Amino acid sequence: MIYADHAATTKMSGTAVREMLYYMEEVWGNPSSLYGTGQKAAEALWSARERIAACLHAKAGEIYFTSGGSEADNQAILSAAGKGKREGRKHIVSTAFEHHAVLHTLRKLEREGFEVELLDVHENGLIYAEQVEEAIREDTCLVTVMYANNEIGTVMPVAEIGAVCRKKNVPFHTDAVQAAGYLPLDVRSQNIDLLSLSAHKFYGPKGIGILYARTGVPLTNLIEGGAQERGKRAGTENVPAIMGMAAALEEACANRRKNTDKLLKLRKMLIDGLSEIPHSALNGDAECRLPGNVSFCFEGIEGESLLLLLDDLGICASSGSACTSGSLDPSHVLLAIGRPHEVAHGSLRLSLGADNTEEEVGRILETVPQIVKRLRNMSPLWQDKQRGKKEFLL
Amino acid sequence: MALYSEKVMDHFRNPRNVGTIENADGVGEAGNSRCGDIMKIYLKIENDIVTDVKFETFGCGSAIASSSMATEMIMGKPLAEVLKLTNQAVTQALDGLPTNKLHCSVLAEEAVKAAVKDYFDRKNS
Repeated sequence: MIYADHAATTKMSGTAVREMLYYMEEVWGNPSSLYGTGQKAAEALWSARERIAACLHAKAGEIYFTSGGSEADNQAILSAAGKGKREGRKHIVSTAFEHHAVLHTLRKLEREGFEVELLDVHENGLIYAEQVEEAIREDTCLVTVMYANNEIGTVMPVAEIGAVCRKKNVPFHTDAVQAAGYLPLDVRSQNIDLLSLSAHKFYGPKGIGILYARTGVPLTNLIEGGAQERGKRAGTENVPAIMGMAAALEEACANRRKNTDKLLKLRKMLIDGLSEIPHSALNGDAECRLPGNVSFCFEGIEGESLLLLLDDLGICASSGSACTSGSLDPSHVLLAIGRPHEVAHGSLRLSLGADNTEEEVGRILETVPQIVKRLRNMSPLWQDKQRGKKEFLL
Repeated sequence: MALYSEKVMDHFRNPRNVGTIENADGVGEAGNSRCGDIMKIYLKIENDIVTDVKFETFGCGSAIASSSMATEMIMGKPLAEVLKLTNQAVTQALDGLPTNKLHCSVLAEEAVKAAVKDYFDRKNS
């Protein structure tokens, strides 16, 4: 099997698995308990917070454990909105191609009377700090812009956006779920107030994530109950998952440069190879993108068919077609960068990871053009374009 | 559980009657590119019997499988019977489709009926 869907999830690293096992088999006490084994778990929990904080250039007391990236996004946004509401500021700046965990939370706030301004995404899949600066008003209570897009992999200038927000005194949240292990994470120099991470995207376990909240940025609880997470997130901590996450993040950050160098080579091979398919186009900027992300649109075909045939040949990938999005519309990300519906249906996302090899990329490059050709041969849309009855869009 | 039944995957992987018919007696199309599904059915008809049928489909796995199955179901059949084809029958023949894919079988029914209508329109003009 060739796994090329690391943006969906990753296989856990051996280090993370071993770390988890130890906290399942040996130190399984409740960190809130007073006796030895509980206190040992509590100490481990704090050490995980310190290890994670070190990776982000944050302080241990600024790290909160959540059930994943979605919960972290929800809590970050609702917390900033809650503070805004108390201060009479109800304007939020974000982008049209955020993850649904952000967009749907913003939609909920809109129904509660907030004004949400979604910045237009440029055709290259980027948002610029000037756009954010222009959009910020007196009553803006939050700017939330993702670090890297999950579908097309484009990387936003978060440090510049952070600087603008700090200057204007507006809290800045970034969904950095796709960035960890691939891009520098430095909440201090990047002026980030709130940041979301999800462990299973960086070779850690599923069901666990991180919300970083800068000292002084108040959090609103999503889950009420005990005093865990300094009273900001109730529920007995998932100690094994947290320990696995800490180990995975340390490893991902330590290997970042090495993996990036390798992935950039593989990405170039893939982009060069797939670009040879006629009437195809790379989605998002060619350079300013995650080192492992390759997203293409192929005219005249539909993405789900492509994925099923790739799966038959042992290649795992993803698409932004309607059939894979669970709605009638194709991915909001591809529409946001101006791809017409018809073209957006024919998208393919390959997201490479540390274990992928040149041989695997070679296999992908042999396979994809054949499948595209096969599907085009049976597509009336493609045939109409070939016969000159319809215009090519790419 | 897999996304699709074995039948669906078989018709998707090895679609029957793919292609076009030169000088077809009836051609029907359903769906649109905006929604991501287009089906086109070509019919050859002699003495009100379907003697040949081909299809072209732009769409997902279940769209391709639905068109393939529909062509098998109408091949060699009299038009009166072809007009009785329903999306339920196509779905059933495929051992079911996921709920959010039922519209694919509807498109197959529509494309077949549009092709028959085209045949009658041509005949009557």
